[in-house]
Amino acid sequence: MKAFTVLKGVAAPLPVPNIDTDKIIPKQYLKTIQRTGLGQYLFDEIRFTPDRKERPDFVLNKPAYRQASILVAGENFGCGSSREHAPWALLDFGIHCVIAPSYADIFYNNCFKNGILPVIMPKDKVDILMKDAEAGKPLTVDLPRQKVLRDNGEAFSFEIDGFRKHCLVNGLDDIGLTLEHEPDITAFEKQQKGSQSWLYK
Amino acid sequence: MSKPRTMFEKIWDSHVVRKNDDGTCILYIDRHLVHEVTSPQAFEGLRLAGRRMRRPDATLAVADHNVPTADRATGIHDSESLLQVETLTSNCKEFGVTLFDMHDKRQGIVHVIGPEQGMTQPGMTIVCGDSHTSTHGAFGALAFGIGTSEVEHVLATQTLMQKPARNMRITVEGALPLGVTAKDVILAIIGKIGTAGGTGYVVEFAGSVIRGLSMEGRMTVCNMTIEAGARAGLIAPDDTTFNYIKGRPMAPPEKDWDKAVAYWRTLASDPGATYDKEVTLNAADIAPQVTWGTSPETVAPITGYVPDPDKVAEPARKTAMKHALEYMGLAPGTKLTDIRIDKVFIGSCTNGRIEDLRAAAAVAKGRKVAAGVYAMIVPGSGLVKAQAEQEGLDKIFKTAGFDWREPGCSMCLAMNADKLEPGERCAATSNRNFEGRQGRGGRTHLMSPAMAAAAAITGKLTDVRELA
Repeated sequence: MKAFTVLKGVAAPLPVPNIDTDKIIPKQYLKTIQRTGLGQYLFDEIRFTPDRKERPDFVLNKPAYRQASILVAGENFGCGSSREHAPWALLDFGIHCVIAPSYADIFYNNCFKNGILPVIMPKDKVDILMKDAEAGKPLTVDLPRQKVLRDNGEAFSFEIDGFRKHCLVNGLDDIGLTLEHEPDITAFEKQQKGSQSWLYK
Repeated sequence: MSKPRTMFEKIWDSHVVRKNDDGTCILYIDRHLVHEVTSPQAFEGLRLAGRRMRRPDATLAVADHNVPTADRATGIHDSESLLQVETLTSNCKEFGVTLFDMHDKRQGIVHVIGPEQGMTQPGMTIVCGDSHTSTHGAFGALAFGIGTSEVEHVLATQTLMQKPARNMRITVEGALPLGVTAKDVILAIIGKIGTAGGTGYVVEFAGSVIRGLSMEGRMTVCNMTIEAGARAGLIAPDDTTFNYIKGRPMAPPEKDWDKAVAYWRTLASDPGATYDKEVTLNAADIAPQVTWGTSPETVAPITGYVPDPDKVAEPARKTAMKHALEYMGLAPGTKLTDIRIDKVFIGSCTNGRIEDLRAAAAVAKGRKVAAGVYAMIVPGSGLVKAQAEQEGLDKIFKTAGFDWREPGCSMCLAMNADKLEPGERCAATSNRNFEGRQGRGGRTHLMSPAMAAAAAITGKLTDVRELA
């Protein structure tokens, strides 16, 4: 996984609450057996007409936001299904960071597994960053210092789980970390097999 | 005396393999359900890293999202769907995972077959790359949906890295009025706490109404816990639970049965256990529910009206409501029972079990589907289908003009050929009314199986109590 440290880039505003994963990537694109190539379908139904022409009023179709690497969004972003295709599509498009007041749990979790930083910020701060994004001002997200910097230098702090930050900053693979504790897993299984033998064949 | 614990805390504590200083735990996973959409990249990851699969014996796979629900004799015609299903087959073969393929009579929706096979048991941790894994919480199992990276993590380690959730208890007391079902209860709950009301929590459902529900009803309630933002729902296991499990193919063997039940009886929350949040509903206040918008929280009693965005003060909510009504093609103030429908979908992991089909058949019996309405019944599994046919439900449906189909996810998410056309309006027993969920431009109204059957008969949203 690619490490995430400091990201400066164009921020696209999407001031809509409850953006669900069907909206981020509709089901017809879940038939792939790969992780890549989904960026072209990101936000498909609000980004394209049914005959796949760009909707000029959608933010990511506007010239100023085509290179966006940050998305500023409304509450409960990513609600709905567990499809990891949602963060895969964001990443493939080039979005490496989302800033929103809140997220659905599964989506939030899925972001970290793919090197995307989902920043949680109080709504009044998100509103200010939304205005910056609408004005085309770039944002800087500094994960090691846990700050989002506005173009005028003002910094907003954010909270993040220490372990998740550590993995993201260092680009660590969870599975490798867990397998370092394989003897603990084996010991657990032995103990469980003793007390709840019906769980094992 | 140790501190009283919630059911969630008991299950969590008994599965911690290791706890890091910051509170992150390696949590053991007892059972892993796998389907074709969220697993190919996980198996591929395993292969690329040269890792083995830790417990194929604790894993069960089924193809459900992409499979056709029409005649299967000619196979899957969509080449991408076919590749995804074939990939699941070859992965299961390579890694030694039990698979119910499309032609197996036990095939069905992953959250229907787990309980049906007796795989789902109290006290277990159960995961699946599917948000509706919350369904299995009906048995007092800690069950939640995960993404594909976590699917790979479980394949390789049989564990997940997690931090404990907060505890919420939702109590529903009283007696359900006539015509009000488990689906109405959970829709009313989502309407009350909102689609993000449960975010960060595991929700324990309690109270006389929950205790009085069948396992099917409890599964419907836990299934839609995720629509309130909570990854998992939990219901204390009791004799209803044990009677359901006993004798199923993957249930504990006879020699272990008493020991298993004795353990399961210890799982309920201790008296005095504390919750971070408590919500209470009175059953008498719940009427049959239908959704009018594009989020499961946009729900109202069938006796109500389409709400007016101009009466909403908060600007973001007002805008969202206006947008939803525009998408749904509904005018504020419309009586819900005046809304005409084009299609009816009865099925899904929410409402595709035998009891759901019985409820729909009770309404359909001796009646006819309204002219111009297409109504489909998609059983949750091959065994549900067989049971329904044994009871003659298929004949009732066919005589009434319903289409009787093969099991699968079908038009709940429209990944196969079953979908709405733009502008079509559907009475659905599924779980999500998001924009485009059942097909681009499709308009979904969520409701119970009896309500959906009633809508099929009259051609519009209907208070099932008036048909009785």
